[in-house]
Amino acid sequence: MRELMSGNQAIARGAWEAGVALAVGYPGTPSTEILENIVAFKDDLICEWAPNEKVAFEVAVGASFAGARTIVTMKHVGLNVAADPLMTFAMSGAVGGMVIVVADDPGMHSSQNEQDSRNWGPFAKIPVLEPSDSQEAKDFIRYGLELSEKFETPVIVRTLTRISHSRSIVETGERTAPNPVGFRKDPPRYVAIPAWARKMRVKVEQRLYRLISEAEHSPINRIEMRDKKFGIIASSAAYQYVREAMPEVSTLKLGMSYPYPEEMIKKFAASVEELVIIEELDALVETYVKSLGIKCRGRDIVPGIGEFSPAILTEARAKLEDVKADTPKPVKESADLPMRPPVLCAGCPHRGTYAALKKFNPVVMGDIGCYSLGTLPPLSSLDSILCMGGSIGMAHGMQRVGEEKPVVGILGDSTFFHSGITGIINTVYNKGLSTIVVVDNRITAMTGHQHHPGTGQTLMGEQTVEASIEDIARACGVKRVRTLNPYNLKQTEAAIKEEIEAKEASLVVLKAVCPLYARKPVGTIHKIDEEKCIACGACVKIGCPAIEYKKGSKPKINPLLCSGCSLCAQKCPKNAISVCDEVVQNF
Amino acid sequence: MSKTTSVIMVGVGGQGILLASEILAQAAMLCGYDVKTNEVHGMAQRGGSVMAQVRFGEEVFSPLVQEGKADALASLEAIEGLRAAHYLQPGALAVVNTQQIIPVTVSSGLGEYPADSAERCESVFPNLKMFNAVEIANNLGNDRVANIVIMGALSTGLELPVEKWQEAIRKSVKPKFVELNLEAFEKGRQAAK
Repeated sequence: MRELMSGNQAIARGAWEAGVALAVGYPGTPSTEILENIVAFKDDLICEWAPNEKVAFEVAVGASFAGARTIVTMKHVGLNVAADPLMTFAMSGAVGGMVIVVADDPGMHSSQNEQDSRNWGPFAKIPVLEPSDSQEAKDFIRYGLELSEKFETPVIVRTLTRISHSRSIVETGERTAPNPVGFRKDPPRYVAIPAWARKMRVKVEQRLYRLISEAEHSPINRIEMRDKKFGIIASSAAYQYVREAMPEVSTLKLGMSYPYPEEMIKKFAASVEELVIIEELDALVETYVKSLGIKCRGRDIVPGIGEFSPAILTEARAKLEDVKADTPKPVKESADLPMRPPVLCAGCPHRGTYAALKKFNPVVMGDIGCYSLGTLPPLSSLDSILCMGGSIGMAHGMQRVGEEKPVVGILGDSTFFHSGITGIINTVYNKGLSTIVVVDNRITAMTGHQHHPGTGQTLMGEQTVEASIEDIARACGVKRVRTLNPYNLKQTEAAIKEEIEAKEASLVVLKAVCPLYARKPVGTIHKIDEEKCIACGACVKIGCPAIEYKKGSKPKINPLLCSGCSLCAQKCPKNAISVCDEVVQNF
Repeated sequence: MSKTTSVIMVGVGGQGILLASEILAQAAMLCGYDVKTNEVHGMAQRGGSVMAQVRFGEEVFSPLVQEGKADALASLEAIEGLRAAHYLQPGALAVVNTQQIIPVTVSSGLGEYPADSAERCESVFPNLKMFNAVEIANNLGNDRVANIVIMGALSTGLELPVEKWQEAIRKSVKPKFVELNLEAFEKGRQAAK
């Protein structure tokens, strides 16, 4: 059957069709929907959210060692977290096929950094496959699992925002029966003690040679001869932009972008007048081609920073042909339009947290999640964002060297379970005084509401043990643990004041469910009484998108957006904001 | 139609851009075309400017539309269309909802919402259909279908048969909302006349 599928849907479908028995991962844009879509096949396979990517990876390794086919999914920074098991598993190798799906985000649409995950190929000495549309996304999962079993290696399938979140037509197929499961004891194969690891290390190099031979003959690497003036090597979305902007040029399409098919590249280079490498982010293929002594162009005509686009390829073409590119610029009527960056939603409980924190002007070490949206004005509340769980360690380090202002680390519930716990153990163990604020909205919100160990529900929809953030903090040795409702500004302010003044580490859980997840408004829609309002701007400073304020007028609450959280009313010095009784709810 | 048709859809996170692009993509696929779409999820959805792109034709390569090459633009908000105006080919159809959503940057005094957004649209888009889709949706009893009203207007500028659009709507929305959405689509077509 032909279906329109996103790359992520196609990956999920491909995993099911290829007989995957277990799919595991941690949410992260643009990878999240793979596991969300695989739930549709839960009668045929196990799927799980792990608390972080490292655990997810280890779970997949266990399944592979038992002989089952498995995929593990994450965004690019997630593979940094899982790098430790990856590098050793790359030596012991897979039994049941194991594919690591890693989703890069060139241009950083929803990420804290920009990484090229193809680098893991040469680093771990394992194959990297790069689909260029949804059909390939589905097909490469099966091919990757087969390669993984044939060569006893983990295989990376690297996707991108424009592959994962682009839809195209996919021909679907049937499911292959899963492998039989049964672990066969073989310590030299699975136990990475130095004596055996040294032998594994040699096998990795031998495997790489065999993989190069596979790359030379792989059906997913192909030379497409057209006009011979230019020959372009490209993979993934970049290949599609090349075909769009330069339909007549010859191409070497790399479906397997590591290891490199040396002979194929040499043959292609010899059959075109000028060789060009078009690769998004790092110049890996270009560096390799140059190491073969082959002349080529690449980084001189396309940038190594940010996301490619057809316009960038049109400009690259103009540079190759030595003419001037004509690419339209934004119209002058849009030059002074106000920016519209993402903001905390109307009714978001994090707004109460930031409104309370602001009062004490602390240094706030932030983390990865919706609450990073408290960085920009008017909230302007975060002073740093580093990585998942990083807030706690950073806050401790800053406090320990004598920062004068109170130091607060802020992170969400899912991030707490991901990698916050070890940071808390560290702060307590090393006698730190920093205050940890856990903004617990009961779900992994930023990526679109995924369950985690604190929600009491699994990916497969089963009820399970609900891990308690408060109990874990106490078990880590935190004496001062308290839980508050962030919509109650006075109480939250008072508690934060006490905790930042305390002479020991403390943890405050600000708990309220994400209203978008709950699918209901927080309260009743509010309105501003124009007579009482003095246009002081106190309500505007909480940065709520439902409060509309144009210079020279009084602020208004947009009833289409208001969630009735009442935070603006609590900030109003004139009691001008109150519940609106005549409007019907429409959230 | 041998060439690829490219459509840009813009609005504010939460307005229903994803559903709108899904319906167009389905309609094009039902007509037998190759289709590619793209959109951004995650952080970009939280009340910020959002864009979805749909391309269809005999064989579509890039999921991304090149600036200056789009055949039609639909904007669910009054100024978001202007932001994306440079994607349109000269003279191509632009459908703009007059609904204004004031960004937090404006409320915080970091920018001004242009008072002349309608005039600007008229000068930038020679082939403009501009109307209040929220009002039409409200008259149907649900302001959430303003996106489908806009899609109805957009459909008048694309060479896809109405029945395929209707079939795509049936496939893409929950059964109990099908009639409402079909009605919204029809009202949008009428508004564009």
